[in-house]
Amino acid sequence: MNKIYSHPRALRASSTHYCPGCGHGIAHRLVAEVIDELGIRESVIAVAPVGCAVVAYDYWDFDCSEAAHGRALAVATAIKRVRPRNIVFTYQGDGDLAAIGTNETIHAANRGEKLTVIFINNAIYGMTGGQMAPTTLLQQKTATTPLGRDAALQGYPLKISEMLALLNGVKYVERVSMHSPQEVVKAKKAIKQAFQNQIDGIGFSLVEVISPCPTYWEMPPAQALDWIKNTMLKEFPLGRIK
Amino acid sequence: MTGDCAMTKRILMTGNEAIAAGALQAGCRFYAGYPITPQNELIAYMAKYMPQAGGVFIQAESELAAINMVFGASAAGARAMTSSSSPGMSLKQEGISYIAGAELPAVIVNMMRGGPGLGNIAPSQSDYFQATRCGHGDYHSIVLAPATVHEAYYGMRDAFDLADKYRTPVIVLGDGMLGQMMEPLELTQAAAESSEYKKDWALSGCAGRPANVVKSFYLHEGKLEEFNLLLQKKYKRIKEKEQRAESILTDDAEIILVAYGSMARIAKTAVKTLRAQGVKAGLIRPISLWPFPEAVFKKLAAGRKKRSLLVVEMSYGQMIEDVRLSIGDRFPVEFLGRGGGGVPSEKEIIVKVKHLTGKKSHR
Repeated sequence: MNKIYSHPRALRASSTHYCPGCGHGIAHRLVAEVIDELGIRESVIAVAPVGCAVVAYDYWDFDCSEAAHGRALAVATAIKRVRPRNIVFTYQGDGDLAAIGTNETIHAANRGEKLTVIFINNAIYGMTGGQMAPTTLLQQKTATTPLGRDAALQGYPLKISEMLALLNGVKYVERVSMHSPQEVVKAKKAIKQAFQNQIDGIGFSLVEVISPCPTYWEMPPAQALDWIKNTMLKEFPLGRIK
Repeated sequence: MTGDCAMTKRILMTGNEAIAAGALQAGCRFYAGYPITPQNELIAYMAKYMPQAGGVFIQAESELAAINMVFGASAAGARAMTSSSSPGMSLKQEGISYIAGAELPAVIVNMMRGGPGLGNIAPSQSDYFQATRCGHGDYHSIVLAPATVHEAYYGMRDAFDLADKYRTPVIVLGDGMLGQMMEPLELTQAAAESSEYKKDWALSGCAGRPANVVKSFYLHEGKLEEFNLLLQKKYKRIKEKEQRAESILTDDAEIILVAYGSMARIAKTAVKTLRAQGVKAGLIRPISLWPFPEAVFKKLAAGRKKRSLLVVEMSYGQMIEDVRLSIGDRFPVEFLGRGGGGVPSEKEIIVKVKHLTGKKSHR
């Protein structure tokens, strides 16, 4: 009999704390599968975020560091410079990477650090209870935009991937989504490319993953996937940015 | 002896450069920093000499980034360091707390300047509280206060060894005067070998071992308290074993000055002058500010001799709290201090001492 499924070696055999319909579990698994397929589990060093994925190191089975909120790319920069032969990546949410850590993100990218970044964009702060993220859509209601995000008061959804693509130090940027099995397959391909780039010494590579948060979008999981497809992707179109 | 002389090189160096050179000599192989006066000679020295030593130098985009780079470098097993001055230290507090919480070794240099706010760039000791009382969470950094260029250079090995030994942040607390003052420094080629500390907790890739995790996060009930109790045990060990102080002419002293860093040099000069004028003065110079050298003060308090203490600081009174906690009510503890870049002079100290001892001041 052909074995068509097995648990990734890089993923611990534990259940996660994520809400039903959350995208983090899928994204963790994609990263783990890619690491297995590239045979790099024993040389990977991950930097986990602050946010819903704060205990990512409880789910992955390879070396991992925490970082203060927003500082993952400063921490990762140093790890990679000290250990250039290891494969170093950060896994960060939108608040972490594009609000409190914008400075660290831009400068690590601009220095062309040979890092891989998995950027989870779910347009909301999940861990703290559904507040506005830098990527929250206009009119989107959150705990801190109860009337919906108003451009006059809160500005516009921040397109940090497009901004980063302008920098010479950045070699690869792609936006992918989790809203259908087909898109998940594409997401995995992009994540693999971003790791392969580091193996090849190419430079800063980032994959933005549009990910559902049914709990704080206040909709059932299936509807959250539809909302990505019909609403969120209009603001954050998929595809290779650089 | 002649052989030793041949190995010794005498050079003129600023305190900032001496700290950088001492760090490299002590095996520091990662430095990240952000320019701020009065410590810029340090970052420039590192930029020039760290690559020659085969290490990593990064000019970070902010003090926040710099301290978090130190976190990462240390997590990866390197002897790592950053430096700054007062306003920049405020920004580093976040990272220092994480370093303490993740039990990482790191050395952080603060060449203090006048405050609050942007303040000025004159020497000051206004960050004693910030260094010894720390940022968020129940933790301590070991705090060392060199007073000379010589001590700045040779003290760096102690700083890195303490950091590795206890897996804790070590702050080297100087000021703009020490940082920018040039003094002769004797460099011996045969510097002591650094102790080797096994870093089996470091992140290097999990080949042939279970995965390592560097973190300060303990979410499950009771786990953080358990961890804090372990930290407290460590702090108790440090308090018992790592107090450092210099006592000068204290045995028969009726009045004992207490001062650290640059201030202690001026106080030492005042002690000599006072002695020449027949005043039995002495000096205690705390070298470790945390752990505060309580033992020296407790010993004084246990003695029969009646004395009084005069704490002299380039601040409006910060270390004096630790002196009072150590000495209790045994002796009167007086204070002389100036802030905002003001430095108490030898003359001001002598006038104050004579006022306290009831001796007429000869100006």
